[in-house]
Amino acid sequence: MSELTEERFSEKTDAEEAPPAPGERAIAVQPGRFHAAGDISSLEKVFELEDISVSYGDAPAVKDVTLDIYKQEVTALIGPSGCGKSTLIRCLNRMNDLVPTAKVTGRLLYHGEDLYGPKVDPVQVRKLIGMVFQKPNPFPKSIYDNIAFGPRILGMKGDMDEIVEKALRGAALWDEVKDRLDSNAFGLSGGQQQRLCIARCIAVEPDVILMDEPCSALDPISTGKIEDLMMELKREFSIVIVTHNMQQAARVSDRTAFLMVELDSTEQNRWGRIVEYDATEKIFTNPSDPRTEDYVSGKVG
Amino acid sequence: MQASDIAASGPAALTKPRLEAASPRYGEKLVIGLLAASAAISVITTTAIVVSLLVPSVEFFGDVPIKDFLFGTDWGPTFTPPTFGVLPIVVGTLSITFWSLLFAVPIGIASALYLSEYASPRSRRFFKPILEVLAGVPTVAFGFFALVFITPQLQKIWPGFLGDGPGIFSALAGGLAIGLLIVPIIATVSEDAMSAVPNGLREGAYALGATKSKVASRVVLPAALSGVVASIVLASSRAIGETMVVLLAAGNTPNLTLNPVEPIQAMTAFIATTATGDIATGTITYKTVFAVALLLFLMTLLMNVLSIRLVRRFREVYE
Amino acid sequence: MSDEFNPRTARAEIAIAGARGATAGILSDQPRRDVIRNSVFASLLFLAITIALVGLALLIGDNLIKGWPRLNMDLLTNGTSSLPDNAGLHSAIIGTLWIMAFVILFIIPIGVGTAIFLEEYTSKQSRWARAVEVNIQNLAAVPSIIYGLLGLAFVARGPLSLGFTVITASITLTLLVLPIVILVAREAIRSVPPSIKEGSMALGATRLQTTRKQVLPAAIPGIATGVILAISRAIGETAPLIPLGAATFVTYDPSGPASGFTALPLVIFNWVKQPQAEFQVLAAAGIIVLLAVLIAMNSFAIWLRNRYEQRW
Repeated sequence: MSELTEERFSEKTDAEEAPPAPGERAIAVQPGRFHAAGDISSLEKVFELEDISVSYGDAPAVKDVTLDIYKQEVTALIGPSGCGKSTLIRCLNRMNDLVPTAKVTGRLLYHGEDLYGPKVDPVQVRKLIGMVFQKPNPFPKSIYDNIAFGPRILGMKGDMDEIVEKALRGAALWDEVKDRLDSNAFGLSGGQQQRLCIARCIAVEPDVILMDEPCSALDPISTGKIEDLMMELKREFSIVIVTHNMQQAARVSDRTAFLMVELDSTEQNRWGRIVEYDATEKIFTNPSDPRTEDYVSGKVG
Repeated sequence: MQASDIAASGPAALTKPRLEAASPRYGEKLVIGLLAASAAISVITTTAIVVSLLVPSVEFFGDVPIKDFLFGTDWGPTFTPPTFGVLPIVVGTLSITFWSLLFAVPIGIASALYLSEYASPRSRRFFKPILEVLAGVPTVAFGFFALVFITPQLQKIWPGFLGDGPGIFSALAGGLAIGLLIVPIIATVSEDAMSAVPNGLREGAYALGATKSKVASRVVLPAALSGVVASIVLASSRAIGETMVVLLAAGNTPNLTLNPVEPIQAMTAFIATTATGDIATGTITYKTVFAVALLLFLMTLLMNVLSIRLVRRFREVYE
Repeated sequence: MSDEFNPRTARAEIAIAGARGATAGILSDQPRRDVIRNSVFASLLFLAITIALVGLALLIGDNLIKGWPRLNMDLLTNGTSSLPDNAGLHSAIIGTLWIMAFVILFIIPIGVGTAIFLEEYTSKQSRWARAVEVNIQNLAAVPSIIYGLLGLAFVARGPLSLGFTVITASITLTLLVLPIVILVAREAIRSVPPSIKEGSMALGATRLQTTRKQVLPAAIPGIATGVILAISRAIGETAPLIPLGAATFVTYDPSGPASGFTALPLVIFNWVKQPQAEFQVLAAAGIIVLLAVLIAMNSFAIWLRNRYEQRW
């Protein structure tokens, strides 16, 4: 933990040296706690989205999303409810396939490969791109079996005890549960269950972790623990997080995409669109689009 | 290929991730095929039932004109010369069903109202299992009960002014036994329908000062009506298809009468008595059995379709 | 009233009618009459359900009283005989056990397989799924004697030609109780929350792996309850077995799937039909045995469900 605080202090010093932008607006986020997003040209792209649109049957959910997600960064998707953030993130691991009426158009590249290509197996995709859900969903099994489920299914080699311990350490849960690995996962608190789900996810050693509002069902202390965890995790994994909590996005992410709701003329259909996508620091201190500014300063949404 | 391979390589060496299926997973495809085959079995069963009933029936109606069958009043297919007027056994079935409903409908609906509106939780915990046990009693037990208890008791208490009491076999004895048998059907399905009535409707009436009996009879019962009617249709279908009770208690004499004290023969009893397994395929007796069975099947099918529509209707009203 | 503005939904209609009725009642009745009316009504309702209770009590009681003299171990160890003093349920019990063994063997894969297929591999809109569902609903309402005729035409004779054997009886009864197993299994599978399935698939499990390792284990208590209920229904059925060789029901202990068969309800039915009074006593005793078995099974099923049911 102290390691992380040190990192933050060094970033804070960096930001204080930068001159304040003219007419800086009051943002409800502590200045200087932004993470230095790297220079784009040197970064490796994990996802490349081109005109991605998703609709459920006739009802559009999200339209014309074009952005790139970079390796070993935390990318946040923020916006008011109904703007399609969850729909969008579920495209990245093909979870939308499970909804019969869902239709995805556009191009989605993962490390240069078309994620929706004809020969692509969604099961393989999900082994590489993991997901943590809004409400913790541990299996009705022991803590050990929860973690071991993925590696067993995937036929991972190695000592299962070691794999489980490594995953639980990686999710900052080992010390709390190491003496009761055989007890039922339902006996854990909400925050512990969510960290268990994170451990379960990283046990299969994915490349990317998607998080769909992982803290919205948790208390502030558990939320803080998981946010700290994210900082650790991004050393190994690329993380995409959906959150309706702006301050959280400002705290944890390197890059932020802001989506807004659009209505059609009859006001029957609503869908989401990307308004702005940039380094988190820029989004929260000096956004280019007035709509972004209205949202992050709390005037709307 | 583990994801760590991608992470370790760094920006310079972009190894392409393998997104194709690791194996063709034939085993899984086979299992899914087997699952689909299991589901197909119910379709196959229905087809088999229809075919097994239709083929001999069609042959039957080649020999016996449909009009003679459906409207004839003389049922003696095993006699020489055989007669094929099915009305006596249809009337026998309907007579029994009538008496069974006469008993079961008021008892069933009243029980349902009691459980839904009046019963305390302790009461419910006592009476609901009673209904479940009643529903689980084998039909041969009901038939025996009708024969050795209901009939003698009926004979004992039969008032003189109604004429002769029932003999060993009577439609009434069979009807009462079946009535007891179908009470759980009417009670549980009606009670489900009554529970589905939103509390708001009851509370509105109570707020106006209505008593519980008024709420139960003027609000809940009408609101649950299509569910209650569905339960009655289901129960009738069950009564029509019941075999053991009628066989043991109502007799085996085809008798075109609605008089409850007389013995009659129901369609099911005819089938059970005649199709005892050593009847040869292709004989006229064999075909007659299947023709009667086809008629029985159509009657219950019609009632079943009706009750499904009614249940759907009462669900739609509230959901 | 135009189509656009129609506030009178069905709920509203009923509420209005109820309110009218209640108001009419209040305006016309005096309070004391109301109380009496209410008590009478409530008593009538209670009387009705008591009649059902009394009916059941009379049935069980009468059989208990009539069958008491023969309710002893001999009943269970004696085989079939035309002499009432030597007759017992032994062959019948063996026959029922053999038949039920195969019924269990059949209904579990077919019933659970159908339930899994309908719940996991078809969408609600697919025509396949609806056709299967409609079929199952109709099969559940077909009179049991018709299943006997089906068994006669297709299993004992016809394409399968298995004769009047234990296996024929098992297949016929399987088809009869299959809808019960499918219904209960579907409910058990449906009660597994989608979030568990999502969590499993998000880890890279296939749908079949998810079903096998997450859904089924959680659904097993419910499925087991359904199987037990189906078996208890099958044990008590007489009518479907009659066309399957009533004239040839055996008097020895059935010995395997290909042997001739007899069953508990069949033997009891035979006894009921006999003229001698002693056989009536046996029949009553046999019914008590049958009822005891069924009540034991159902209680076990309920205990099983309460003990092992997964609470989410």
